[in-house]
Amino acid sequence: MSSIEFRKDLFADEREDDLNEIGKPTVRQDIVGHVTGRSKFYDDHLFEGLLHMRCVRSPHHHARIRSVDVSAAERMPGVRRVIWPKDVPSNLNTLLSLINFGLDDEQLLSANKVSYMGEPILAIVADTERQARDAVAAVRVDWQELPHVLDVEEALKPGAPVVNEVYPGNTFDYHDLYDHQKLRFGDVETALPEADHVVEGEYQMSPIEQAPVETCGAIAAPEENGRFVCHTSTQALFFSLGTTAKMLDMPSSRLHFIGGTVGGGFGGKVDSHHEPLAVLGAMLTGRPVKYMWDRTEEMRVGAPRGAERWRIRDGVMKDGRIIAREFTGFFDSGAFTRLSSYAIIKGTGHLPGPYTIPNVSSNVYCVYTNRTPATAMRGFGITGVDFAIECHMDKVAEAVGMHPVELRILNAYRDGDVKAHRRFAKNCALIECCQVASQKAGLSLSPEAKNASSTVGGGIGWRAEVPETLTDDMGKIGDRKRQEIPTQPLGGATTKGRVPAGTMGENVVASEVQDTDMQIDPTRIGHSVSQAIVAQPAPRPRQLTLPAAALQAPAQSEGSATQPALSTFAEPAAPTHGQPAPYKPEKPFQRGVKRPGVSRFISGTRR
Amino acid sequence: MTITIDTYPTLGEAASAMRTGSQFLGGGTMVVRGLNFASPDFDKVIRSTDSALSEIRPEGNGIKLGAGVTMARLMQASGAEFLEPVARAVGGPAVRNMATIGGNLFVCSPFGDFGVALLALDALVQMSDGQMLPIEDFYRQRENLRGLVSAVIIPRSAHGAFRFRKVVRTKPKGAAVVTIAAHLPGGNRISGARIALGAMGSTPLRAKDAERALEGGSLDAHTVQRVCEMCCNGLNPQDDSIASAWYRREVAPVHLRRLLLGEES
Amino acid sequence: MTKTPIQFSLNGTETGVFADTGANLLDVLRRGAGDLSAKQGCAQGGCGACSVLIDGELHLACLTLAETVEGKQVQTAADLEDGPDLHPLQKAFVEGFAAQCGFCSPGMLMAAKALLRSNPNPTRDQVADAISGNICRCTGYEPIINAILTAAVEMRGRGAA
Repeated sequence: MSSIEFRKDLFADEREDDLNEIGKPTVRQDIVGHVTGRSKFYDDHLFEGLLHMRCVRSPHHHARIRSVDVSAAERMPGVRRVIWPKDVPSNLNTLLSLINFGLDDEQLLSANKVSYMGEPILAIVADTERQARDAVAAVRVDWQELPHVLDVEEALKPGAPVVNEVYPGNTFDYHDLYDHQKLRFGDVETALPEADHVVEGEYQMSPIEQAPVETCGAIAAPEENGRFVCHTSTQALFFSLGTTAKMLDMPSSRLHFIGGTVGGGFGGKVDSHHEPLAVLGAMLTGRPVKYMWDRTEEMRVGAPRGAERWRIRDGVMKDGRIIAREFTGFFDSGAFTRLSSYAIIKGTGHLPGPYTIPNVSSNVYCVYTNRTPATAMRGFGITGVDFAIECHMDKVAEAVGMHPVELRILNAYRDGDVKAHRRFAKNCALIECCQVASQKAGLSLSPEAKNASSTVGGGIGWRAEVPETLTDDMGKIGDRKRQEIPTQPLGGATTKGRVPAGTMGENVVASEVQDTDMQIDPTRIGHSVSQAIVAQPAPRPRQLTLPAAALQAPAQSEGSATQPALSTFAEPAAPTHGQPAPYKPEKPFQRGVKRPGVSRFISGTRR
Repeated sequence: MTITIDTYPTLGEAASAMRTGSQFLGGGTMVVRGLNFASPDFDKVIRSTDSALSEIRPEGNGIKLGAGVTMARLMQASGAEFLEPVARAVGGPAVRNMATIGGNLFVCSPFGDFGVALLALDALVQMSDGQMLPIEDFYRQRENLRGLVSAVIIPRSAHGAFRFRKVVRTKPKGAAVVTIAAHLPGGNRISGARIALGAMGSTPLRAKDAERALEGGSLDAHTVQRVCEMCCNGLNPQDDSIASAWYRREVAPVHLRRLLLGEES
Repeated sequence: MTKTPIQFSLNGTETGVFADTGANLLDVLRRGAGDLSAKQGCAQGGCGACSVLIDGELHLACLTLAETVEGKQVQTAADLEDGPDLHPLQKAFVEGFAAQCGFCSPGMLMAAKALLRSNPNPTRDQVADAISGNICRCTGYEPIINAILTAAVEMRGRGAA
């Protein structure tokens, strides 16, 4: 706490100086329970006659199950029940099916085949944990090992082992159309040859286990009136409730879920595997059942932040302006989808990082490999690509002989700039962060960098426009399997599937900002605009810039920072003196248009 | 598996009760972990309340440490001050209150830091039947030894000539990337040098080529350079979650150099 | 499964339980004696969430064979309070935001208590060493170290540990 320094001098005109909580110690409402040991975590509920569940797990990366022999295990002391895949009423699920995203692709207990080391195939419930462990060790499984693939790009090659039968191409299907998530903004392919330098880089992140001190688990017990109570470590109580109801094919009104006190989660406790198994155990034995991972399972079977591989290619001018940035990304989803597909949607929305670049394209693949399925972790979908982007910025700075901080200030997005996801940047502060950090580090910046401001120079000309955007049809589902499409977005691509803008009957220029209410209303965000600016509102040009102009704009705009700041903030009726009128949108918020095959996650829906 | 636990008043009786499938309980940090995870390797735990196990006493010019002496106890013992940093390097305070010298001889790489120091000090391992094993022989036969360890004997005080360093990836504590102990008697003309490394093989190992290179020399930059070049000869580090074998081979000479030249780690 | 009778003092109260033979102290405290304050994070001595005092010494309950505490004094975080009042360590943790999820807190507090018992005026490095066997994944160690130092000052002022 004491290390926080407030720079209230920055953006002082944008807010009242009335922060009453930020930066001051506060007493957590639950902390007395924590320091007295009275807070009840899921394992802190005692039940008479509690039974313990352990799973039989795959020792192989990829294998078919020829047969399972539980005859010895069943006879062992204390064993109450062996739970088979066929005992799971609805044994196929994907976590985000509850919000209609993706196909059911994962079994609670796998019946025929395993696709990662540690995949559960059988659960055993016994009187003590030791008895459950001993019984698990006594189960004999006849495995037929299958070829496995542990690298994302190996998995994309034709002939690679099929990891997940639901996605035979080893990639998640985006929008029922593509084997990758696309982003197209401007025309990277035309811009790259115009650049003075093309800087390429590849970045690889390893999986990271969230490693909460409390391991994942759940205790379920029969309650009165045919209900089951479930104490769980979940971070997502309603995901867990919904998933349990779905997989056990029972109304959720029969499930009484209690959570909320979680011994650290960090994204690793959303996968909802323990609750359905614990409740199933309680249903089949009529007794309270605990299913709790031990530390080894938490580290080896628990879904980590997935590995990511990113390739970035930048077109950069001599003066350091980045005019094009191209991404190819591979998320290692492991054997099943869990949350990787959605992490990619989030990551794509973040591209090209906090920089204003007029031409951006990206293809990101959610790839299935025979590794532990990946899931959420802090900075969901963003952390990996941010690491890649910032490493790459240093590389670009080296290529053009600029200090990395200067390069960032030059390219940083500013208020009013339109970003690749077709939203205006607002409340930007990267420039100021760079300036303060430089000052702290004793780094002297050039006068231009020192004088730059997030509130000046943004939203002008090309910076406020969605450029004419070249789209393509590459990478339709199944294309890659037929060896027709390379994984690089544009480099080395065939012309097949390319759709030059405006030549195919339909003008595929990207749409404008979808909802005018997305434009920034100064009164709404507490962003006061200086009178000098609001006095001369600049009409925002409605005409779309030609591609050539869009490409030249960055080079020409060198002097733009010194021009009067004609920000798009000035556009809606300027606030007058006195009390600002309460915010009222011009038209009510509306849900985005749902087009067939388009995920609601990327629609214009305002959330 | 049904677990039985038998407690004996003397170590001798405990030793004669040992059979295949038995484990002797020292501080518990390994055996109880095995019970917690239902290790299939044993179903019988043998304990002894023999008070001799926790004795620390002078022996000739050196010191005798009972196998049941804990790291925390050793840190307080007089006459063994040079071993304080070694005992402190083992685990956090709770582990140090539990972990014993005898147990430390049986743990697997990358653990067993105390044994690295014992190896550099030419310690003797006393077995429950009175047999004395040089520690290097003990490690060589460790997997096939019958009987129990009753004590270790450090034949001479090593004040001033003993150096120890444990390299970890997390501060202030963690399992070893590499542990180095060196005993360098003789001052400017070193004689009988011992350099032992931990986490560079399945047991602590001596860097004998490096020891020979030091013989008769002093810790000048040139000698140290030569010593470090050969310090990994004959060692066999393994990949684990702390470091890869490659990384260990790369950094062990660097840390040995710093230890010998008295530089910060 | 065979049971072993064990009698010990838990937070000053004579306690007897029948434990599964081979059970660890943590299991006996939690399921046998109903003291849920010590937590299981790893069952292998890596996290410190189960730290308790045995005869005044800091031990890991998960690696302590239950029957070895026969006749001994066991203290847990459930015994830190003085009647309705929080222990100075607890108070410092509360006021200094030294707990977030709270799972490591009972073990962390016992490690701190063990330190202040033997060293009422620790340095920052000594505090860091004292909690070096206790893993915290959310709060971060700085507020915890600060809270322990704060409590040490408070306890020295009172002249009691």
